[in-house]
Amino acid sequence: MIELGHFAAILALCLSALQGMQGLRGRRGPAGMLALMAFGAMVVSFATLIWAFVRSDFSLALVANNSHTLKPFLYKVAGTWGNHEGSMALWCLVTLGFGAAGALLLKTPERPSFDARALGVQGLVAAGSLAYLLFASSPFLRLVDPPLQGASLNPLLQDPALALHPPMLYLGYVGYSFVFALAAAGLIENSVDRVWAKTVRSWAMAAFVPLSAGITLGAIWAYYELGWGGWWFWDPVENASLMPWLIGAALMHSLIVTEKRGGFAVWSVLLAVLAFCFSILGAFLVRSGILTSVHAFAVDPTRGLVLLIGLLIYGGLALGLFAVRAPLLKGGPPWAALSREGALMGNNLVLIVATATVLLGTLFPLIAEGFGRQMSVGEPYFRLTFVPIMCVALVALPVVQAWSWGRVDLSAIWKWAAAFAGICLVFAALGVGLMDIPLFAALGLALGAWLICGSLWELKRRAVTWPRLSRLPLRVWGMTLAHIGLGVFVIGAVVETSQRYETTLDMALGDSTRVAGWTVTLEDMRTVEGPNWFSDRATLTARRGGQSVRMQPEKRYYPAARMPTTETAIHKSPSGDLYLALGDRRVVDGQVRWTFRAYFNPLIDLVFGGVALMALGGLISVLPRRLALARKRATETEALPAGEPAE
Amino acid sequence: MRARTQRLITFAVAAVLVLAAAGLVVFAVRTSANMFYTPERLTEAGLPEPGRVVKIGGMVEPGSLAYGDNAEIRFAVIDGSPMTIHVSYTGIAPDLFQEGQGVVATGSFDADGAFTATELLAKHDENYVPRELKHLETPET
Repeated sequence: MIELGHFAAILALCLSALQGMQGLRGRRGPAGMLALMAFGAMVVSFATLIWAFVRSDFSLALVANNSHTLKPFLYKVAGTWGNHEGSMALWCLVTLGFGAAGALLLKTPERPSFDARALGVQGLVAAGSLAYLLFASSPFLRLVDPPLQGASLNPLLQDPALALHPPMLYLGYVGYSFVFALAAAGLIENSVDRVWAKTVRSWAMAAFVPLSAGITLGAIWAYYELGWGGWWFWDPVENASLMPWLIGAALMHSLIVTEKRGGFAVWSVLLAVLAFCFSILGAFLVRSGILTSVHAFAVDPTRGLVLLIGLLIYGGLALGLFAVRAPLLKGGPPWAALSREGALMGNNLVLIVATATVLLGTLFPLIAEGFGRQMSVGEPYFRLTFVPIMCVALVALPVVQAWSWGRVDLSAIWKWAAAFAGICLVFAALGVGLMDIPLFAALGLALGAWLICGSLWELKRRAVTWPRLSRLPLRVWGMTLAHIGLGVFVIGAVVETSQRYETTLDMALGDSTRVAGWTVTLEDMRTVEGPNWFSDRATLTARRGGQSVRMQPEKRYYPAARMPTTETAIHKSPSGDLYLALGDRRVVDGQVRWTFRAYFNPLIDLVFGGVALMALGGLISVLPRRLALARKRATETEALPAGEPAE
Repeated sequence: MRARTQRLITFAVAAVLVLAAAGLVVFAVRTSANMFYTPERLTEAGLPEPGRVVKIGGMVEPGSLAYGDNAEIRFAVIDGSPMTIHVSYTGIAPDLFQEGQGVVATGSFDADGAFTATELLAKHDENYVPRELKHLETPET
């Protein structure tokens, strides 16, 4: 069975290589067919892997090392990509999936050779990943002497958010490979123009949305599974996913100018290439173990080296092509610094500089080692560099998003400045004076409110009158939603990081302690057993006012993996999460006591919700015009019989 | 405005931004970069300034783990050299924190050389060894 999968993967490799050749020669039809066939072969191949996991076929080394008969069904399936080789197989599947989607959907009018070349480049990228899969990290290896039982999945990964996290993240990373293919095709054909930008914008969004979802799922998982109460640790592995996201956000903005005005062509191509390079760099940082990370999984330096070589080859080829072809690209019409073009260029500059600071901080241990020192930077570094740089952009955002193409009248700038100063003053007075929060946190809240109010104001300004709000183009709605999401995120992040309450409890049965307005009582401790684990489960009652909730944090032990995990108990309320993690059992003076870590995380849902709004806004902004037109027609036909009142 | 002036303005803005960012990076690295010490390096380089945030790494000495009041944990970190670092941490240790296992801790020394940790590096994967501790690995049998 698995040999069939192995064969299918080899077949997919050959088909992809052929697709690359046909595509680069400009043959749209054959390249498309080959892309679909390669995807079909990879689906078969991946299905045999899943099947092997579901049947617990321990003669396959991958299954023996990462699965267990007692594992619940969902995690047997998810276990397929919960390890290095399987996740690379998923990576290949997604790459070929994007190729197949391109073969079906990419129909640029009057430019079949452009489509063919994009498919060709995508075929080469896919062939590269498949070669890596088959020759450097094959999931199809058999064991001569199969064990009776598997070594099980790392129990921390036995979790619904994490079952979905890698596929989402890969959709994002790999999505940028198709954006890269489009950029390369644009360079080969010398056709980086408004039509190109329109095509790329949809595909860039097809990468950006799942990437956002993947990062958010990872953050949510870290929040409730690791038991540290936080959601972002500026860990190298987290930064590795943040960097392509930032570049992706810059690309979305630059493509607007290319699509609407024909400008920034060179810039957009460069960002498309960079987004892909950062995606592979991310995979390299995660897999090579070159940086010390709390999230290090399945690390293998030799594979890291292969990935690094791949990055150098593809990135080098792309940048080389860019260097040769970019001077030929048309510059587009000239633009003024004080205009919407200038504002979007500012956005790009800030995002790129911010990405650079993240990159520097992430690679800092390597740089320091080059100078013979063992050093690293942590959260304070990022708070001192990334945060202020982004703040510049956030303060400017509401002002410059009202700027129009071409020229802008600066006479209103004083009103904007006054409005901003007003919001800051109000929040500073209320926050520091009444609520006793630190000044920087109050100003952070002001910034969030400024973003939200500014975006709503801009929406109203574009609609002119309220009834015309529904006739605004979808991309205006998308932009507003994304920018409001940014504001929501800022508020959530500021409140959560500055007002988080954190304490350690030391309790015996029946003891009560106060945590951030809640009274927490330890009612019961018992041992429970699950399908492939047993667990110490505490039962606590948290009371606030007349409200009483039962919370059950656990410490689980997975015998198959010989590994404990922390299962936190979280009670959600509109003001924030009460969060309990169970610690050690100890005997003090003959009395059994337990430690708990207790947190109150105010408004944490706004952090995740804000990112979700940004992704949703992006998605709405690229919805096909057809949809928008259909909606418009529908509202008009509805409105007609009723008789529209004269305005 | 002519195209030349515009380009000049853009470059000026970019330059200011890059310079500001570079300044921030230098400042941030100066104030917040953490030196990494193993017990052996500590003997060579001497005790860092008390209160300065640094990272230490080594192996949790078997038999050294002790519990204090109010969720305090105490343990000793060794690396085969004669030096030992005594660490105190208040909170819940990461799931894979065990005697005889590698650990990386962030915190600061006091004047007597005792280390108070604010963060212990947790591993998600029992096969993972932080690269600072690679040299402590004994070949598996």
